[in-house]
Amino acid sequence: MITVRVQLEPFDPGVELVALGTAGAVASFTGHVRADDGVAILELEHYPGMTERALEDIAAQAADRWALSAVRVVHRVGRMQPGDAIVFVGAASAHRAAALEACAYLIDRLKTDAPFWKRESRANSDAASWVEPRAADDDAAARWD
Amino acid sequence: MAVDILYFAWVREAVGADAERIEPPEDVTTMRELVGWLATRSEGHAAAMAEPARLRAAIDQHFVTLDAPIAGAREIALFPPVTGG
Repeated sequence: MITVRVQLEPFDPGVELVALGTAGAVASFTGHVRADDGVAILELEHYPGMTERALEDIAAQAADRWALSAVRVVHRVGRMQPGDAIVFVGAASAHRAAALEACAYLIDRLKTDAPFWKRESRANSDAASWVEPRAADDDAAARWD
Repeated sequence: MAVDILYFAWVREAVGADAERIEPPEDVTTMRELVGWLATRSEGHAAAMAEPARLRAAIDQHFVTLDAPIAGAREIALFPPVTGG
């Protein structure tokens, strides 16, 4: 009931959502690449092996915390463009509170507990820059401690 | 004992390698001491390790603090704070 994937290929959030099944409540979050300040290319580096393990741990913790019939985490790595789906998290449960809370938990923890690094390239510059972590992400993750 | 060190993101770029197999001296017992010792290996290493507070670490694919002991580690990774999602 826990599915975790890290992949170079694009994915279809609709397909992932349907794969969560038809429990009473199915909730999901999809993150897309933003074109902030002229970002043209986003590259995602990760730590193969540790990334999958970290995502499986986060999904297992969600399943321990809420009564879930399915949990799904999909994260792209490699080169992406604005608008591309970069991350999908979803949870299915009998009731909406568990599904919605589990979804928020999955994406909040993923932001701080999984080894991914973003690098942005802008159309008006040759230099690519590594994205700095945001304190707001740490705060969002900490509310589940 | 020899250990594999992996580098990611700007740490990898500064060091100029994504991995190396090294044998730290016996008096290097914690991640923080390892970072200090790695900094002596080359100019690139020194640049990558210049501000330990900007580094995060994992031992055998689990996050650790820089105070963690490295005894028994098979794979150590050094990288910036994560920015996924």
